[in-house]
Amino acid sequence: MTFDIILAGVGGQGVLSVSSIIASSAMKEGLAVKQSEVHGMSQRGGEVLANLRIADHPIASDLIPRGSAALLLSMEPLESLRYLDYLAPGGTLLTATDPVVNIADYPPIDDVLAQVRRLPHAVLVDAEALARQAGSARATNMVIVGAASSLLPVTFETIEYFVRTLFAAKGEKVVETNLKALHAGRAATAPR
Amino acid sequence: MSEMVLLGDEAVALGAVHAGLTAAYAYPGTPSTEIVEYLIRYQRMHGGPRAQWCANEKTAYEAALGVSFAGRRTMVAMKHVGLNVAADPFMNSALVHINGGLVVAVADDPGMHSSQNEQDSRYFADFARVVCFEPASHQEAYEMTREAFDASERFHIPVVIRLVTRLAHSRGIVQTRETRPENPPQKDTTRASWILLPANARRQWRALLDRTDDIRRYVAASAHHRLEDAPGSVGVITTGLARNYFVENAPDLPAPLPHLHIGAYPFPVETIRAFVATLSRVLILEEGYPFVERALRGIVPPPFAIEGRESGHVPADGELNPDIVRASLGLPARAGVKLDGLRLPNRPPQLCAGCPHGDSFQSITSVLASFSDAIVTSDIGCYTLGALPPYDAIDTCVCMGASVGMAKGASDAGYHPVVAVIGDSTFLHSGITPLLDAVASDTPMTLLILDNKTVGMTGGQPTIRRSSELEGVVRGLGINPDHLHVVEAHPRHTAENTEILRREVNHRGLSVIIAVRECIETVKRGKQEQSAASAQGTSV
Repeated sequence: MTFDIILAGVGGQGVLSVSSIIASSAMKEGLAVKQSEVHGMSQRGGEVLANLRIADHPIASDLIPRGSAALLLSMEPLESLRYLDYLAPGGTLLTATDPVVNIADYPPIDDVLAQVRRLPHAVLVDAEALARQAGSARATNMVIVGAASSLLPVTFETIEYFVRTLFAAKGEKVVETNLKALHAGRAATAPR
Repeated sequence: MSEMVLLGDEAVALGAVHAGLTAAYAYPGTPSTEIVEYLIRYQRMHGGPRAQWCANEKTAYEAALGVSFAGRRTMVAMKHVGLNVAADPFMNSALVHINGGLVVAVADDPGMHSSQNEQDSRYFADFARVVCFEPASHQEAYEMTREAFDASERFHIPVVIRLVTRLAHSRGIVQTRETRPENPPQKDTTRASWILLPANARRQWRALLDRTDDIRRYVAASAHHRLEDAPGSVGVITTGLARNYFVENAPDLPAPLPHLHIGAYPFPVETIRAFVATLSRVLILEEGYPFVERALRGIVPPPFAIEGRESGHVPADGELNPDIVRASLGLPARAGVKLDGLRLPNRPPQLCAGCPHGDSFQSITSVLASFSDAIVTSDIGCYTLGALPPYDAIDTCVCMGASVGMAKGASDAGYHPVVAVIGDSTFLHSGITPLLDAVASDTPMTLLILDNKTVGMTGGQPTIRRSSELEGVVRGLGINPDHLHVVEAHPRHTAENTEILRREVNHRGLSVIIAVRECIETVKRGKQEQSAASAQGTSV
């Protein structure tokens, strides 16, 4: 089994936290993991890309080859489209619908969302609204983790454990908000 | 022994601790920053070894040299271009009789994710005639760092660990081993081997050259080179992360290829010669410049085909990845999902909303609008983003501190007005000495020091001196106090700051304006830490 995840978003959206929670969960469950991040200049309000590879055998490359990602997980709809080349033909694109408009030539959001919907396995999540309901827009990234959880090769309990761990230092209220956001995301994409 | 998940940078840091490190020094620089960041956290938790930020890579290197002279193990970490700053002590330290192990951890940035060039540090190691390890995995980063200390003490030379971005900033599993105790302090007592007077330096250089064969034999015997034999006349040589990209694609090859991986330098000439003896063609996959490829041309005569970055079989620039390696192996490209129709605009990095640099750029733009022509030299840091819209405010960004010297040169060349823009940490790193030059000639130029009280671009490390001390540093250089101003870079002061800048730009002599306001990212982080601490019921 190899499960490659491309994580996309805009600097400051918490892409690396998402990557870290999924990676820790996979490792805890005995899977091999490679996780590649960007730091420095490339992070400041610009496009952010992280590679996360999970497998039940040793992984060679830190970077995901084109056409291999089982999942493209994006915090932002325009960014979700930037890395389609890495998505395997049967792979799933899961993105938050809320645009981050910090550039002058951002296309009309309806065009962006229409483009996403045209893809064969697209999942759109109103992540920010769900995060606000959970208590804070800052927990948007945890909604995305929750929304993706049923697709990931790890159990939901392990993910919950690492959400708790990641936010533990920020106090119980922050932990609760993020767990609520996680559950809201999971419910949003649950089969009905 | 235990298992840990670490960044490549952290694997190097922990390898150093377990090798008996006494002190580590660095100036922050992507992608090397996390080496000493990890060691600083480690020191806080365990009380040692000592880990410190320094004014720049040269001062960091020299501190490390002092530790080595005193007999103890030390590491100095930097990004590739940092080694240019530290080149003087680095090159000369190859000639002294290194006493306590000295390991130079250099993180290259092929692809220039956060750098102004993609120079390959293997050339520097070769230039200095020292050993260089090139890890391809986190475990190797850990093991090689430990070995590097032993090699340094065995051959009395500094030893380089060359990382690249994709290892430095990727996380993987490391099995750690027992910790070796630190060396006791014992200064080097070999005859004048640290006094590089010409007569001594000649003897030391000769001694280094005499050790070359021993060094070569040691590296050739390294377990980090790996040979995987297979029938056929076409072979592959990999170095560093290129091995992983080759292995990723290998299952798709029609038949396995003979494969030699090189893990340390000076590379094993005889091993390579033996490897290519039965081949007619070899593809060389290496991250960075065509270092092995070039050398191989001098070792194996034509018509043997040597293919790599220089021959055009692999792109000459940029970092490698599984897809580039796939193409160079002649395998068909893998297809992903195609975007239909929509044009995707780029989203370049930009100054954060509310960044104090934005206020300063606004003042610069408005003052210079009244001149038909002007020069704004800039420097390395977040404020380099002043090059992009909506500011389009700077003309140059070359290397740490260059804004100051270049402004002097542009002014000497007859330009007016000339404004130099530099951050507080970059100024302390390399801006003070060129400012001395400008003071000496009272050069008609205005230096704007953007003081955000932190090393911003690398993630908010502390500057070497506090912001409040900056004015004293500048004053001490001998600048006319009438033309030294400290202002607050805040929207509520933009109008008056603009007027001060206008006045100083029109002054036909040197002026310095220090524009102070803390980076909004570090302010935010400080607040978060405070609220987290109060949520935990503790005080900061």
